[in-house]
Amino acid sequence: MKKIEAIIRKEKFEEVKKALFDVDIEFFTYWDATGIGKQKERVVFRSQSVKTDQIQRRQLSIVVRDQNVEKTVNAIMKAAWTGEIGDGKIFVSNIEQAYRIRTGESGPESLYVKEAEALA
Amino acid sequence: MIVATILVLFMTIPGLALFYGGLVRQKNVLNIFMQCFILAAAISLEWIMFGYSNAFGSSSGVLKPFIGGFNWAFLKGIKITDPSPYFISQPVERIPHIVFIMFQCMFAVITPALIIGSFAERIKFRGFLIFSLLWAILVYNPVAHWVWSADGWLCKLGALDFAGGTVVHINAGVSAIVCAVLIGKRKYYEGHPTPPHNVPMVALGAAMLWFGWFGFNAGSGLAADALAANAMMVTHIATAAAAFTWASLDWIINKKPTLVGTATGAVAGLVAITPASGSVGIGGAIAIGMAVSLICFFMVSVVKPKLGYDDSLDAFGVHGVGGIIGAILTGVFATKAVTGLYLPNGGVSGALYGNIKQLLIQLVAVFTTILYSGILTFILFKITDKAFGIRATVEEEIDGLDITQHNEIAYNETE
Repeated sequence: MKKIEAIIRKEKFEEVKKALFDVDIEFFTYWDATGIGKQKERVVFRSQSVKTDQIQRRQLSIVVRDQNVEKTVNAIMKAAWTGEIGDGKIFVSNIEQAYRIRTGESGPESLYVKEAEALA
Repeated sequence: MIVATILVLFMTIPGLALFYGGLVRQKNVLNIFMQCFILAAAISLEWIMFGYSNAFGSSSGVLKPFIGGFNWAFLKGIKITDPSPYFISQPVERIPHIVFIMFQCMFAVITPALIIGSFAERIKFRGFLIFSLLWAILVYNPVAHWVWSADGWLCKLGALDFAGGTVVHINAGVSAIVCAVLIGKRKYYEGHPTPPHNVPMVALGAAMLWFGWFGFNAGSGLAADALAANAMMVTHIATAAAAFTWASLDWIINKKPTLVGTATGAVAGLVAITPASGSVGIGGAIAIGMAVSLICFFMVSVVKPKLGYDDSLDAFGVHGVGGIIGAILTGVFATKAVTGLYLPNGGVSGALYGNIKQLLIQLVAVFTTILYSGILTFILFKITDKAFGIRATVEEEIDGLDITQHNEIAYNETE
């Protein structure tokens, strides 16, 4: 099991979500994040143009079975890309254990719905 | 006039409170509201005790042109049936004296409230309150006497200030820059404003100021007549011109027209037309509105960052500068078509119509107000600071003034 954390442009979120659905990744958590990076962005406060190093992005956290890591990363890479500086980053890390609270299942079993898998 | 009086109170609470409150960070919004509310209460009491008497009453001897006496303290000797001794044009029926007292009370309330914008987010509440009361007594009341009392020396000189360009805006605006410099920059201030915590609140407040300002300017005619009607019209037109100009400048220079900018432009227009609303026509109103936005925009977006002072909400950049421009341009665009309605000998005109003298009179009024207000603010600030302390501690500033000064939080998280 792996955790994939992606930091992407907010305006790319819908495209990324669709790309993940297209490769059958349908469970993830996301939140808005503020970060400091190499870049500075121009903002205007009360007609005063200001450079700020606080960059607004959206962060996704997805836990998948090992066989799904590659397609998940590729889907995000493709959908979040613009080619401009500030497209974001993807991190992959190991997950030691996972549980589904409702059924008590643990391990990779708890990460997907068997009925949906069978239908596919 | 009763309605006009209510409109002017409405400018401070909730108008100015919302406008300033939206511009600060959310940890300081209640502090702004509280400052506006407590001034509405405290200054009103001071006004009835002796403020009105000091500003509009009469004294004797050498003080006569500079400050009123205590003859009307606690409204002594004023009957509720008395007609107002103050009137502008010859009305058929004069308003009651007590309505005039109440109307002027609201001006006394809003003036120190304008200064709040300069030291916002870093002032102790106690220091603020003591400073504001001293300021009202020693700065506002005398200047109001100079300009609006029949005995006042600027009034006798012939300075035109229909609704408070010098008394309210220059007075508060100059004090604002002095306070901003004396209190110092906010912690971590990097030469640019912090993002407003609630832009709809800013716009709502500016809209209420626009709404209330009709009471401010048209009400200053003290009668329902042609003069008041003209004041209403030029107030609206100058504001429209200023708001539109600021939006255009934003659009051209910063690539997008902003709501905060447009609201700020509207306020600048209202400020600038205030002294001129009893002396200019439509042409003058448009010129004043456009000029004030151009100059205030430049002040706020170029001069302030260059000089590096921290006038948090541009109390000086909008009110001080706007008031100075308005008062000077009053001496340029004044026309007999309007001033003839109430001034003797067919009224006075401005420099545009060949009367340079009026422009010089306006300049005298502007500079004496700047000097007096600046020096007195410096002294009162220093005294208050020494005796009670004005600047909030670093911890108070970081935690926010709402929780540290009032033990309240604006936006509570609930289940």
